[in-house]
Amino acid sequence: MASILEESGFNPSADLKVVGTNPVKHDGLDKVTGRAKFGADAFLPGMLVGKILRSPHAHAIIKSIDTSKAEALPGVKAVVTRDDFPEKAPGSGPGDMTRNVMAREKALYDGHPVAAIAATSERVAKKALKLIEVEYEILPHVIDPVEAMKPGAPILHDYIRTKGAVENEDAQTNVTERMVTQLGDADAGFEDADIIVERSFDSAPMHQGYIEPQACIADYSEDGQVEVWCCTQAPFVYRDRLSAILDIDCNKINVQQSELGGGFGGKTGFYGEPIAILLSKKASAAVKIVLSRIEVFRGTGPVSGTSYTIKMGCKKDGTITAAQANMVFQSGPYAGSMYFNAPNAMFTRYDIKNVDIVAYEVLSNRQKVASFRAPCVPQIVFGVEGVVDEMARKIKMDPIDFRLKNACEDGHTTIYGDTWGPIGFIETLKQAKASDHYNTPVKPGEGRGISTGFWFNRGGETAASLNLAPDGTVTIAIGTADVAGSRISISMMAAEELGIPVDQVRVKMVDTNSLGFNRVTAGSRTTFSVGMVIVDSARKCIAELRRRAAEAWDVPEDGVIFEDGMVRPASANVGDFEPMSIADICKKTTMSHGAISGHTEMNVTGAGPGFAVNIVDVKVDENTGRTDVTRYTVIQDVGKAIHPQQVEGQIQGGAIQGVGWALNEEYIYGEDGRLQNAGFLDYRMPVASDVPMVDTIMVEVPNPAHPFGLRGVGEVPVVPTMAAVGNAVGDAIGIRPTSLPMSPPKLLAIIEQAKAEGVYKG
Amino acid sequence: MTKRSHISLSVNGDEYECLCEPDQSLVDVLRNELELTGTKEGCSTGDCGACSIRLDGDLVCSCLVLAVEAEGKEIETIEGMTPKSDELHPLQRHFLEINGLQCGICTPGILVAAKALLEKNPDPTETEIRFWLAGNLCRCTGYDKIIRSVQAAAEEMRKG
Repeated sequence: MASILEESGFNPSADLKVVGTNPVKHDGLDKVTGRAKFGADAFLPGMLVGKILRSPHAHAIIKSIDTSKAEALPGVKAVVTRDDFPEKAPGSGPGDMTRNVMAREKALYDGHPVAAIAATSERVAKKALKLIEVEYEILPHVIDPVEAMKPGAPILHDYIRTKGAVENEDAQTNVTERMVTQLGDADAGFEDADIIVERSFDSAPMHQGYIEPQACIADYSEDGQVEVWCCTQAPFVYRDRLSAILDIDCNKINVQQSELGGGFGGKTGFYGEPIAILLSKKASAAVKIVLSRIEVFRGTGPVSGTSYTIKMGCKKDGTITAAQANMVFQSGPYAGSMYFNAPNAMFTRYDIKNVDIVAYEVLSNRQKVASFRAPCVPQIVFGVEGVVDEMARKIKMDPIDFRLKNACEDGHTTIYGDTWGPIGFIETLKQAKASDHYNTPVKPGEGRGISTGFWFNRGGETAASLNLAPDGTVTIAIGTADVAGSRISISMMAAEELGIPVDQVRVKMVDTNSLGFNRVTAGSRTTFSVGMVIVDSARKCIAELRRRAAEAWDVPEDGVIFEDGMVRPASANVGDFEPMSIADICKKTTMSHGAISGHTEMNVTGAGPGFAVNIVDVKVDENTGRTDVTRYTVIQDVGKAIHPQQVEGQIQGGAIQGVGWALNEEYIYGEDGRLQNAGFLDYRMPVASDVPMVDTIMVEVPNPAHPFGLRGVGEVPVVPTMAAVGNAVGDAIGIRPTSLPMSPPKLLAIIEQAKAEGVYKG
Repeated sequence: MTKRSHISLSVNGDEYECLCEPDQSLVDVLRNELELTGTKEGCSTGDCGACSIRLDGDLVCSCLVLAVEAEGKEIETIEGMTPKSDELHPLQRHFLEINGLQCGICTPGILVAAKALLEKNPDPTETEIRFWLAGNLCRCTGYDKIIRSVQAAAEEMRKG
């Protein structure tokens, strides 16, 4: 049987019965009745409460930690500090990870854990935290990434030297990497340009904002076996990294994921889990750690703040001749921002022959960066699409026509080397242009913005099993997380392939002892990758069903076919046999031949790129600077929507997250380096009354590498959002903002400037 | 050691008694003493609405209520929303059919809050729904399908 990676079997005219419908998701009932178990919803007998003490300083040497008074408090069962963690070399992967979990030599941000307690109750644990005495030597701190690059800036790690990044390569630096990405000859490209636009932009860090705080239970047995229950996007990655920093074999760490109350990239790395394991080991009891919302803001990853310049040039006919960028990405105290996504994605969708991009990743005294939908790309597209819009305006060209003029076609070879198959970018632009929204005049006093975005979409290491029960129903074991409903989509693809109703399939996220390694659920990879693996597994089952029918009928295997859920003779010549269903064969042969199962593990390739166009209308209040989004339309190429309602949900959710980032969300630090808005009241995410409905137009240009034509859909919705809102705000007030978020104080200043320059529209 | 307080309360029609700390929140008692974990805790400051419950009929954030304040009160949580074991409330059904939930962590609070709205106002406008649910954060859906689910349930309930 050929690998599904070589022969997906994609058939554009297939008569799909399940794929493309909207069945109720199987995990939905438990979620509307309160039965679903999220991270904080589990209990074990004798379980202790774990609490974390955090640094109040942005940068400080930890001179000493005295836990004796806390340990003496009745009810305290264990205390852990840096001394309980195995030493790992500073600057190594495990070295950085273990130091982010528990500060070692220095506290590097406000909220950095310095000690933890396990106690019989929350009250005792909190009291014990106050009895821990930490002696700090406060150091100067730096949070702004541009400041952090300057000579003389406070240095986070004395061992970092980065060649090619700074003038004196032997000097200590906060710059971890410098990445240069080039194509063609940018200088020559700008020579050819009739119009050149160059602008500087910046963006503040925003938080993923999942409503479920991180929660875990660890139960360490005396024989060294650890059971971990937690909400995570990456159970296998957690296991392997726990193994790496705690020196425990992978097979002795069993991670069972709970239901996941939102992640958006923020639950791809652990925080409390290693601490809970060490507390459990010391206390000889299970330990549960549930972060508070303040801890989520102070201790877990926001995205990279950025500062960057974009320069682009075009001819009078609209052809973009060159693009240049210089970008700084703020990473927190350790590397890992995934900033390299930006050079590869920021201009990608436009066919630009001459590109020159320099990007830096810079450390600073804030929470370690964590992924968020399309990591490091949306905040840069905010600038790129602003410049694109300005070029279109300067040559008096329709903004969609300008983008169409430069849009990549099928077969385009990208700046990162991949050559695309069929893509839907041009189609999304055409449908945007034909949309009701675009053809409805902008209301007086409002502004309209257009923008576009691209995301690679991912595949990666995936393992899953599909089991046929003796009654012919199907259970599927997966090791990826379900961030928003992938279980139903996986069920649907299995049902389609096996020709059975989707209700006969159930998917379970199993623990890490039960399957081989599965990569993190991120990058819009899960429904695509697990879909490939499950269809492959279903095909293995079908092959076995045919073998067993052939044996029963005493005919050659190639005389048996499988279609519409039935095994039947390939032709009348084979013989006159009554077709058999999956249930018929399973009932008859499970006892004699064993169960029929398909298992597949593979590094899935062939993810088709995703594209989206946004059309946004806004109204900006001249007196308060508040922006209201009045209409929002997303046009996105989804390849093939397995469950259209769910795909639409991804698009709508991504758009509104982007609206929050565009207009309001940011980490605000005081002069002392402490986070000043660590709560939902002050870190203001969009609420229901802030936003309109989000209209969607789903374009389906199938990805032929997938049996049903699927493309990932989760990341790209957020990519164009802030740019579209920015372009709309610019259209509304006369000057296009260059700083994220476009919060009321910033917009009031811009309105004032626009009035002074005589360009205010209002 | 501080003495714990004894409280009696009715949750979804069932009588419960338990001991709680004087400063323990009602959501903490519901979840960690009574193990009724359908009510979620997202912020502990009354900003996210995941812990929405009814207290003697009033819609409240149970993180902002002390457990001792619930003494003798009638509490309704998500666990009490299903009228019978084999029958869903129209709101629950429409949230499922319209996909008004993704991860599901905000869903119990939103359902409890929406039920309170429809009892008070059976025919709310989109704006009224949006403002009523402004105290319930959802990060997954962008609210679109939540609002549509409430609208569909309201319409069905009006028809009886």
